[in-house]
Amino acid sequence: MSSNAITIPGSQIQARPWVDELHQWVTTVDHKRLGILYMLSALLFLVIGGVEALIIRIQLMHSHNDFVSPEVFNRMFTMHGTTMIFFVAMPVLFGFANYLVPLMIGARDMAFPRLNAFSFWLSFLGGLLLYFSFLGGSGLYGAGNAPDVGWWAYAPLGARAFSPGHSSDYWTLSLLVSGFGSIGTAINIIATVLCMRCPGMKLSRMPLLAWLNLVMGGMVLIAITPLSAAQIMLLIDRYLGGHFFDTQAGGSAVLWMHFFWIFGHPEVYILVIPAFAFLSEIIPVFSRKPIFGYPVMVAATVAIGLVSTSVWAHHMFSIGMSSYANSFFAITTMAVGIPTGIKIFNWIGTMWGGRIQFKVPMLFCIGFLFQFLIAGLTGIMQAAVPFDWQLTLSYFVVAHFHYVIVGGILFAIFGAFYYWYPKMSGRMLSESLGKWHFWLFLIGFHLTFDVMHIPGLLGMPRRIYTYEPGRGWDTLNFIVTIGAFIQAIAILVFVANLIISYFKGAEAGNDPWDAWTLEWSISSPPPAYNFATVPTVASRRPLWDLKHPEDPDSRYE
Amino acid sequence: MPMRRTKSSKLQAVSQILLALFWSCTFVWARNPTNPSSSVNHTNIFAPASTPAKSIADLSVFVLVITGIIFIVVCGLLVYSLVKFRERRANLNREPAQVYGSTQIELAWTIIPILIVVVLYLATARVIHAIQDAPEPAGAVQVTAIGHQYWWEFRYPKLGIVTANELHIPVSDPSHPTPTFLQLLSADTDHSFWVPELGGKADLIPNHPNRMWMDPQRTGVFLGQCAQYCGTQHAKMLLRVSVDSPEDFAAWTRSQQQPATQEAGVNAGKRVFEMNACMNCHTVDGTPANGRFGPDLTHLMSRVTIAAGAAENNHENLRLWIQDPSAIKHGSLMPAMKLSDADLDAVVSYMETLR
Repeated sequence: MSSNAITIPGSQIQARPWVDELHQWVTTVDHKRLGILYMLSALLFLVIGGVEALIIRIQLMHSHNDFVSPEVFNRMFTMHGTTMIFFVAMPVLFGFANYLVPLMIGARDMAFPRLNAFSFWLSFLGGLLLYFSFLGGSGLYGAGNAPDVGWWAYAPLGARAFSPGHSSDYWTLSLLVSGFGSIGTAINIIATVLCMRCPGMKLSRMPLLAWLNLVMGGMVLIAITPLSAAQIMLLIDRYLGGHFFDTQAGGSAVLWMHFFWIFGHPEVYILVIPAFAFLSEIIPVFSRKPIFGYPVMVAATVAIGLVSTSVWAHHMFSIGMSSYANSFFAITTMAVGIPTGIKIFNWIGTMWGGRIQFKVPMLFCIGFLFQFLIAGLTGIMQAAVPFDWQLTLSYFVVAHFHYVIVGGILFAIFGAFYYWYPKMSGRMLSESLGKWHFWLFLIGFHLTFDVMHIPGLLGMPRRIYTYEPGRGWDTLNFIVTIGAFIQAIAILVFVANLIISYFKGAEAGNDPWDAWTLEWSISSPPPAYNFATVPTVASRRPLWDLKHPEDPDSRYE
Repeated sequence: MPMRRTKSSKLQAVSQILLALFWSCTFVWARNPTNPSSSVNHTNIFAPASTPAKSIADLSVFVLVITGIIFIVVCGLLVYSLVKFRERRANLNREPAQVYGSTQIELAWTIIPILIVVVLYLATARVIHAIQDAPEPAGAVQVTAIGHQYWWEFRYPKLGIVTANELHIPVSDPSHPTPTFLQLLSADTDHSFWVPELGGKADLIPNHPNRMWMDPQRTGVFLGQCAQYCGTQHAKMLLRVSVDSPEDFAAWTRSQQQPATQEAGVNAGKRVFEMNACMNCHTVDGTPANGRFGPDLTHLMSRVTIAAGAAENNHENLRLWIQDPSAIKHGSLMPAMKLSDADLDAVVSYMETLR
């Protein structure tokens, strides 16, 4: 294993014209560049989706506000949800998987580099298609239209009778196209993890990040396929006179719900498992201990993956399923909390007895633990079906899933940015700006999403563009809006940090965190070929073995 | 540097404790029926007024207590380990003992959650069964609720009554229960019936009949609204449930069973109503108007609100609504009738006789 990479003469000497440079990025099949492209496109859509969220929040600031019309509001929440799930959360996680999995398993690229580039450009094209709806949404009737059927587009609202024009078609096509991109990436990750590991890296020695992304890849294959099938069926309904979901001709609205949620719930775990992966790498390094209970962590992940494919109808407790069906989905939903709980305990077990360093990546991981705990507990409340009859479709649910996606997944993603940015750019992100980012975002997050639970308990449904005064919702919504703006400021601090540190950050060196996995053995940023000589590993922490030859992990595993 | 780290970890601990307090306050605030906001809003899920809502609220408290205990234990462990095992000057350059795991501990934190899940599941299953599989007693009031974009149609098949947006049901004395059983249908997109103090949500889905029941135990007006996104004006698809004493309910039933009043003085307005498109969508019982696309107007003036609760039912609002519905409820499917002022006044006068 080599710790100093070979530099290619010429690659850093003469500056290329920017057109050449751009051409290199557009035609690249390098997993690291594709990873960065994924992340940049996700950041772009994060800002757009964030602006949509702010429009929603301004409108709901007080009762009977008329900042935007109902049509615009309905487009905003539809576009916000679709953007954040499909064009922010998934791409950024795929980006990290692309960048890190080959490096951590000692490979020189993904298994199918060209498929990798194809998948990225499909996903990105999907995002562009979605936003093109603002121009082409109503065909010849004028611009300014966009999908307004909600991010799950329940039938028959998506049928032509209730959604004329083309806005829903852009939604359908963009999800279909980016879905194929996701399937390509999933196949690639699975093949890479199974076939490209360096000598000595048995499955039982793989970093948890590689393991968790393997499970994520499998879940993408299971979940995205029914979604794509449903989108094709919807297109058949809309253009070829099919009647799958067309209730006016005897079609089934409930069928769409099943199709959508058998995608939709595993999707949550597709997003959260890579977030678990970041925690499983970051917490050990900043606690200076190996992960507690590695085999159990792997088993818990696989268990989450399996159980999460049988919980989807908990999104449908209010549609009038039989009491037996409701009980079944209650027990499966509660059961998924068991392996998730095991994971939280194992992360605490990792910190227990360690030497915890409160660097910014670790701060975000601690935020994750705390918020994900609450998100899990409010999830248990909704698994109690009768309680869910009150909570579902209310602001309580909105608060709950933002707790998962923002308080959990986004916090882990921020942690991952602070942790791996030095590897990707060669420069450290500023710790002081990072702390500003963390504390501002933490305060904004809690103002927004803690308070948001209460209007739900007081009877405020989601997706309403305005509400009646005198229900006790005004003050609460005002606080929520203030919190949203604080979060927006924190995001600006983060973006500023990314840009400033790229030019002025401290040199990172190969291994700024004194970490233990293979990506830290090579230069920052890594050369195109990753490893000059393919490494050989003897344990789960190859760099620990290298740094502590007197006490290597390989002796205990 | 070590000083700063200490400070930051304490800050972390303090902030987490504050948050824990905030969370408990949240639930206490929502549960406390004496706080001013919940006494006026009438939509608090923790102020139940019927048996299903009550058993849901009881289950909710049970679940909240269990999850609260889990929160305190796990959060306590987290804060303890953050404070106790933080990096200090004393351990700055020493790697801690490298521990890889422990089978006993793993087993403990697998088995305890399994037991908790079993308890929660049994409590849940019991309430699901009690609410969902409750038999319909002979004296029950039957109502068919049909969701429309963006209003509610209520039909009482046994009583021969059709009304809109404001549901009247009798109060149910626990010794002689007169619960109301609703059959839920939809004429167009998905909707959801939600009156928080009377019960949980039940969706109205086309081609998928659903049902729910309630037995309110105090009289009064209970508010709610459509909870499932159904289109442009989902927000203004409001619900009022008037829970009447047995006498009031009987009186209301009798008056609703009458055909529309026919007053000679408003024949001009009646003619406007019947010569224009009004009668294509609206029914006035006892006249040729028998449209079903919009609300039944036979007893329009017996209702407190118009436009599914979006406006108070008074002369000005009625006039505005007929002239330009989008001024009250933008996106409503009622077209602007563009009547002359004389016709408009005539038709409003006619409406005002439909008691």
